[in-house]
Amino acid sequence: MPDLLIELLSEEIPARMQARAAEDLKRLVTQGLVDAGLTYAGARAFATPRRLALTVAGLTAASATRREERKGPREGAPDAAIEGFARSAGVARDALELRDAGKARAWFAVTETPGRPAAAIVAEVLEATVRGFPWPKSMRWGTGSLRWVRPLHAILCLLSDEGGAQVVEMEIDGIKASDRTRGHRFMAPGAFSVTSFDDYRAKLRRAHVLLDAEERADHIWVDAHNAAFAQGLEVVEDRALLAEVAGLVEWPVVLMGSIAPEFLDLPPEVLQTSMREHQKFFSVRNPATGRIEKFVTVAARETADDGATILAGNAKVLAARLSDAKFFWQNDLRTVSKVGLEGMAEGLSRVTFHNKLGTQADRIARIAALAREIAPMVGADPDLAEQAARVAKADLQSEMVGEFPELQGLMGRYYAEAAGLPAEVAAACPEHYQPLGPSDSVPSAPVSVAVALADKLDTLTGFFWINERPTGSKDPFALRRAALGVIRLLVENRVRIPLFYRVFYDHETFHMVTAMLARQEASEKISAELIKRGVDPKSLESFTPSFTQVISSSKYGIGEEEAGMGSLLVFLHDRLKVHLRDQGIRHDVIDACLTMPNNDDLTLLVARAEALQGLLATEDGENLVQGFRRANNILTQAEARDGVEYSFGPDPKLAEGAEEVALFAALDAAEAAIGPAMEAEDFAAAMRAMAQLRAPIDAFFEAVQINTDNQIVRRNRLNLLHRIRTICLGVADLTRLEG
Amino acid sequence: MADAPLPPRSFQEVILRLQSYWAAQGCAILQPYDMEVGAGTFHPATTLRALGPKPWAVAYVQPSRRPTDGRYGDNPNRLQHYYQFQVLIKPSPPDLQELYLGSLAAIGIDPALHDIRFVEDDWESPTLGAWGLGWEVWCDGMEVSQFTYFQQVGGHDCRPVSGELTYGLERLAMYVLGVDHVMDMPFNDPDAPQPLRYGDIFHQTEREYSRWNFEIADTETLLRHFNDAEAECARILAADPTDGAGRIIPMAHPAYDQCIKASHIFNLLDARGVISVTERQAYIGRVRGLARQCADAFVATEAGGA
Repeated sequence: MPDLLIELLSEEIPARMQARAAEDLKRLVTQGLVDAGLTYAGARAFATPRRLALTVAGLTAASATRREERKGPREGAPDAAIEGFARSAGVARDALELRDAGKARAWFAVTETPGRPAAAIVAEVLEATVRGFPWPKSMRWGTGSLRWVRPLHAILCLLSDEGGAQVVEMEIDGIKASDRTRGHRFMAPGAFSVTSFDDYRAKLRRAHVLLDAEERADHIWVDAHNAAFAQGLEVVEDRALLAEVAGLVEWPVVLMGSIAPEFLDLPPEVLQTSMREHQKFFSVRNPATGRIEKFVTVAARETADDGATILAGNAKVLAARLSDAKFFWQNDLRTVSKVGLEGMAEGLSRVTFHNKLGTQADRIARIAALAREIAPMVGADPDLAEQAARVAKADLQSEMVGEFPELQGLMGRYYAEAAGLPAEVAAACPEHYQPLGPSDSVPSAPVSVAVALADKLDTLTGFFWINERPTGSKDPFALRRAALGVIRLLVENRVRIPLFYRVFYDHETFHMVTAMLARQEASEKISAELIKRGVDPKSLESFTPSFTQVISSSKYGIGEEEAGMGSLLVFLHDRLKVHLRDQGIRHDVIDACLTMPNNDDLTLLVARAEALQGLLATEDGENLVQGFRRANNILTQAEARDGVEYSFGPDPKLAEGAEEVALFAALDAAEAAIGPAMEAEDFAAAMRAMAQLRAPIDAFFEAVQINTDNQIVRRNRLNLLHRIRTICLGVADLTRLEG
Repeated sequence: MADAPLPPRSFQEVILRLQSYWAAQGCAILQPYDMEVGAGTFHPATTLRALGPKPWAVAYVQPSRRPTDGRYGDNPNRLQHYYQFQVLIKPSPPDLQELYLGSLAAIGIDPALHDIRFVEDDWESPTLGAWGLGWEVWCDGMEVSQFTYFQQVGGHDCRPVSGELTYGLERLAMYVLGVDHVMDMPFNDPDAPQPLRYGDIFHQTEREYSRWNFEIADTETLLRHFNDAEAECARILAADPTDGAGRIIPMAHPAYDQCIKASHIFNLLDARGVISVTERQAYIGRVRGLARQCADAFVATEAGGA
């Protein structure tokens, strides 16, 4: 049972690709070996900045001989047929055997594929793996045509057992496999031979290479923690950075340095971002003050001066970076104290947001107006919401955000605080961007919610208005993320906004006004549309964009605008479906609720879907749906056949038998309960009331035949079924449910 | 690398040592291209010569201009005019990393004392329609070079692949010389009869150009020049390759000069802040279109391997 060792030595592999590449190497090689008829006991893969390695233990020494039999033509079949069979089976005509096959005898071809030694199979599998390796990005080099993530220099491929080690003979684009590798690029660059995985790993360690990324990460974390702890400090945890740094060094050496005192007053986010993004440093915090005072850098080697030169160099680079940051910070604070945050935002009127949607300043004016409009619906003070919207993006004009775009919003908060703005306004600066993705948190402070919603709704209505909608994998304006943001802001805060009726149309008008003002020339199409909406394009010159002014003069014309904003609602519904499916709500349950009235109120829509899902989880609910479906099917068939609609209320006097009478009573009771429950939007109660119908409906169908010969009774019963249909469909469109 | 050489004493010594080192490795030492460019890559010795099958090995200093980086000479590291040292070797030799590390040793960076790392940095030039894979090279946490294996230039696959090294000379020299502000860096030998610092030569020009780039440059004129360069490039390429005397002379290089011009004018317009985010893409696309046509023209010439 030999063990297999493979190492692919290359120039530096990007840190972010290493873990995946090691897994791919393991998967592709082991799968190839198994497909070729070998088995193995276990496999492990490793990655360092310069190498991918794989060890496969307990590999079978050779694949088994494979015997294959194929049945051919009957005895006495034409010669041509028999010869054709022999050819296709790849055996000589003489080698065919005549054997019993049921009633008659037939020709059989027997082929034997001899087993192959593991080495031959490994060579084949490894070559195919290297040539077809799924790197996210790969390249050619020199004159060759082989692709690898960076130039591939050496292949180590070894089969070893008690008898010794044997190099697997193979060659890819001039690179011959051997039993040799190299150590650390600087500390032990010489080549050496290895005889097994254990030998390989041990010799690498002696040559200053830690093969296992986890071991490197642990080593970094423990050393960093200890260095900080010894001085009463703590390392700020950053797993992504740890994984990245472990992928940048084969021999990690942790060094801790100080941040010069003149930078300690910078906001901790600035220090952290600058150090992480530019230098890949860990931040070291003083737990007593919460301030970041030191940094940890991870060098790739040991040096005679114990890293003093390296640390001095790193500290110097950091100081240059931080003096930039400090310069920006001070300039920004000066700007804010001179002209305020709104003054800082002034330059945004010269920044185009999108050539059809005006400047950033136009956009902010729209967001501010919409935030004001939304404020009462989310329990926010309209003045504060508007003020927050006006300054929430001001920091885009700050020097700090110009340098570190990822600090947008966060810097806004600092500058808002410095300007003495209310806490709600300051908080809205970072929070109005949220949620940034499915796992990001959703703000709950009312002012932040108002601005966050207004921001995203302005983006969505704007891009839908100008017909820039996501298609397939293309979503250049991140509208899907904006839609999910709207959904989560509404639903998680239980906010009730009829989007279509209260936002889309009016805000679309606002976009038209901005466009008219920005272009300063009459676009006939827009101008005609504005006139239709009751806005006089000629009056726009003196028009101060104000949402209330737009909507007070704009007349909502349903139907005409469904094309644009209607498709935005459909888009939001699609995103809602995806979102709810992730929350475990069945897609057909969502469909059953989407078609109900007020479906532009997403919070209401979700409440209904949750109630319906709850109902379906009960036995009564499940059976009620069966009963509904039966009633609906019979009724639909009868209506189709008779060409009429059975919607004249059924007459209880025509009821025969206890079950039918009971159903009348149950429907009365359900209606009495469902009506007020729906009125109060208490879907759970409405569904409970509906579920009460299950027993009477079941009993009714058990006892009563609908299609009797007595046409009066039949009609009455169909009308009765119609009542079931109406009551149930008033709660949700149960016809959309599957199964 | 038996004996570590003495550390260089001036900016120019760093340049001279890099030139001698790469000359010793067999590179032709070219002179800077005589046009305003944003980076050494724009030199036709890189952009055009990376195309086609013919071997190539050059090194040169290229003065480069990035109008938006101007800081009136105040910032310790940022300049709107600076120098790059550029090496291009086609096909990329198998030991290019070692050759590169040798060049660091030549300017006094001893790998036994410093932390030298190759950190992923995929290079892409949307204006040149070019991309490659490689790294930024870090020395003690500072980026000292770009190291790229060209995969595509002007929309053409590079076969064979060129290896490109770009050193940001001021930053590298400041590090080697232990200088904190670029303007304080000795340009020639500090013991020379006329010692000159970087600031003696460039402080005033940085101020002048920063003001012109940001405030004065006439955007109308620049826009017109951009359009002119674009039109002239197309005109050159559209000209009949056969001249009046019946000689076949296609003009890839003169056309490419117009592409360089357009690219630099775009950078100036950008510094003037008159290009919106969406317009930006359109301008970049126009320059890329020129670069692509020039590359098409070049591969059809003798130097391009036709």
